[in-house]
Amino acid sequence: MNFTFTKNARITFAVLMLIGVIAGVYGFMTDDTAHHNRFWANLLINGFFYFAISLGALFFLALQYATEASYMVVLKRVMEGISQYIYVGGAVLILVFLAGTLHWHHIYHWMDPEVYDPTSEHYDKIIAGKAAYLNQPFFWIRTIVYLGVWMFFARLFRKRSLLEDQQGGTKIHFKNMGMAAIFLVFFAVTSSTASWDWIMSIDTHWFSTLFGWYVFSGMWVSFMIVLVLLTIWLKGKGHLPQVNQSHIHDAGKWMFAISFLWTYLWFSQFMLIWYSNIPEEVTYYITRIEEFKWLFFGVFFTNFLFPMVILMSRDAKRQIGYLITVGVIIFIGHWLDVYLMIVPGSVGHLHFGFMEIGMFLGFLGLFLYTVFNAFSKAPLVVENHPFLEESEHLHI
Amino acid sequence: MQQEAAIRKPLILGEKTYGQITEDVMAPVVGKANKSWWIVFGISAVMALWGIGCILYLLGTGVGTWGLNKTVGWAWDITNFVWWVGIGHAGTLISAVLLLFRQKWRMAINRSAEAMTIFAVMMAAVWPGIHMGRIWLAYFVFPLPNQFGSLWVNFNSPLLWDVFAISTYFSVSLVFWYIGLIPDFATIRDKVTQTVPKKIYSLLAFGWTGNAKAWNRFEEISLVLAGLATPLVFSVHSIVSMDFATSVIPGWHTTIFPPYFVSGAVFSGFAMVQTLLIIMRKVMNLESYITIKHIEYMNIVIIVTGSIVGVAYLTELFISWYSGVEYEAYAFINRATGPYAWSYWIMMSCNVISPQMFWFKKLRTSIMFTFFMSIIVNIGMWFERFVIIVTSLHRDYLPSSWTMFHPTFVDIGCFIGTIGIFFVLFLLFSRFFPVLPLNELKTILKSSGEQYKKVEQEH
Repeated sequence: MNFTFTKNARITFAVLMLIGVIAGVYGFMTDDTAHHNRFWANLLINGFFYFAISLGALFFLALQYATEASYMVVLKRVMEGISQYIYVGGAVLILVFLAGTLHWHHIYHWMDPEVYDPTSEHYDKIIAGKAAYLNQPFFWIRTIVYLGVWMFFARLFRKRSLLEDQQGGTKIHFKNMGMAAIFLVFFAVTSSTASWDWIMSIDTHWFSTLFGWYVFSGMWVSFMIVLVLLTIWLKGKGHLPQVNQSHIHDAGKWMFAISFLWTYLWFSQFMLIWYSNIPEEVTYYITRIEEFKWLFFGVFFTNFLFPMVILMSRDAKRQIGYLITVGVIIFIGHWLDVYLMIVPGSVGHLHFGFMEIGMFLGFLGLFLYTVFNAFSKAPLVVENHPFLEESEHLHI
Repeated sequence: MQQEAAIRKPLILGEKTYGQITEDVMAPVVGKANKSWWIVFGISAVMALWGIGCILYLLGTGVGTWGLNKTVGWAWDITNFVWWVGIGHAGTLISAVLLLFRQKWRMAINRSAEAMTIFAVMMAAVWPGIHMGRIWLAYFVFPLPNQFGSLWVNFNSPLLWDVFAISTYFSVSLVFWYIGLIPDFATIRDKVTQTVPKKIYSLLAFGWTGNAKAWNRFEEISLVLAGLATPLVFSVHSIVSMDFATSVIPGWHTTIFPPYFVSGAVFSGFAMVQTLLIIMRKVMNLESYITIKHIEYMNIVIIVTGSIVGVAYLTELFISWYSGVEYEAYAFINRATGPYAWSYWIMMSCNVISPQMFWFKKLRTSIMFTFFMSIIVNIGMWFERFVIIVTSLHRDYLPSSWTMFHPTFVDIGCFIGTIGIFFVLFLLFSRFFPVLPLNELKTILKSSGEQYKKVEQEH
């Protein structure tokens, strides 16, 4: 059965987007921070958060290919659909970076040429020391390479998956394994460097070797949440007949496990910096604790404790009520985690109002619109895959 | 029964029956040791005795018999400790994490990998023990209420966290390993005919009856222990890494340490598993169970974890420059170009560059090459710890105290001794214990056995 993107769904998502536009325009007008940084920071938060979900989908898809995993084959099209947001998400990111280059905002301090000029009063010795890496031409080359290669793979996997529906056989499968391995190697390096370039460089003085892996774990878990929620929704609408409780259980396990991974990395980074208390490092957390205390620790405990306590038991991971409750809460939790990566270095204070909520909803609408559109373009379950039968028989 | 895709490779080769699996696994237990076993055992025992002698000399004379000096206060001791703990990661990863991921190939290797884990963790525990000097006061590491005044351990110290982390890891691994052994001991008990072995194996089998309820509990406890052991795989080496990362020593204090140490540990652990199993499958005729496919899978784990470690090395190197912190940058320049550059480049070539050879299918399915690489990785991972520890210490903040570290014969003897003890224990294990989980293996015979897969395909 093919998925039809109903009119009702289209209207709902359009309304969400409209709320986003209103919130954005209203926010831009009322934004009294320097260079409208608050507005642009919101665009970056949402631009990155939803983009990262589609990138997480691409990573997970490649991981499934490379490890010859079968259990999620019946959900492959759902993952592919999520990965197809990568083009729109990438465009939003480009817009934010372009605005930075044009000095419409000052989220990236290092984009200001004066900090590199020893005669200027804005000269910053530490940033100037990073000039070989943090300079506009190199930044743009890197950004375009990341986005270009990731999008190339998103397109490639999608195209070959549709082709496999027609052709069958094992040739495409084995080729996908090889391509997935190549993607994973590229991703292993660029997922870290991209998070340094796009996010860590906001707090330009600060550095942490773990930062890239921490951002990666956040994107992975955000994707797992979206996969669980969308699967449950589609299943509820009568789609995905091959998906049984075991598949949902397995997806729930991933959501549970990667929440632990995220917690582990969050804690490792925080604890080591807090313990050593070196001025150049600890400043990052001092800002977050002084200005965002409740939010900062609240996000950590929410994203850790909710999945741990509620999803620990086998039964909970097989009941959609629990999965939806935890999923929605930590989905917001991980959005707030991205908020906490970006806002302290760009706006500096806690601003939370209609603009933040509205733009979050607007981008949610855009994301779902794009993903549903991709769902409607192909059958929701693959037709030929060497592991399809194995996946259909999953029973745990 | 679960469906298995036709394109999956068989995991048990040849025309095996249930009875043959039992016979194959029991052959070394009921048979006599061959000459090569005695030769290897003899060499290991001599190494072990030499090491024990060195340790006794160390304890009698003092830690001053090691080559430590006022600048390099930690060297081979902690290097060996971390190296052994790292090796001890593969067993629990294979038995717990791969169980959670439903990887059937783990069944050929998990028993010996777990045994290796337990022996490796024991060898690791030797180092902090003998480093204390007065080993008879070793119980001071536990937070015991005492009569000596308000004397407590330092709860802020990651060295104390190590005590908890490693002892927990050791106990859970031991229980996990032993529970898996119980049904197999029972099988041996039922098969052996001599009186004394029968008595011993029936004691070891804890009165296992093999009824449905017992198997049900067996499976449940395996899953629970796997769930408990999985976070332990992460926590142990994370806490070991914090011994270094909580400090303010350039080259030690870096946030990537916990996950990067875990990855390195799995990397070295799998290398040691390869070293042991490639010999064992040959000597004990287990080629039908530990197949080339198993070796290939392990090589893939090695290339993945080796590459993660590689990414971490490069991240550290890059951030040391990016940070703009002079001391941090110097620590890394000194590693790559200073007097210990040779050890840095041994580390880089053994851990990052050479595992990339496994991208070639021909090489990762070659037994000789895999064996060679497993030794290379073991060497590389020892040097990784040596580089981290000694090169960060030997040139500290005060150039007048810069110096080098020179190991004495006691340093070398103690290290060789732990290798000897490790091999003695492993060789004894391979003679008297069922080295494959024979009962569990039987559960996959019909889905992954070669002749059954053939029949399936013909239909």
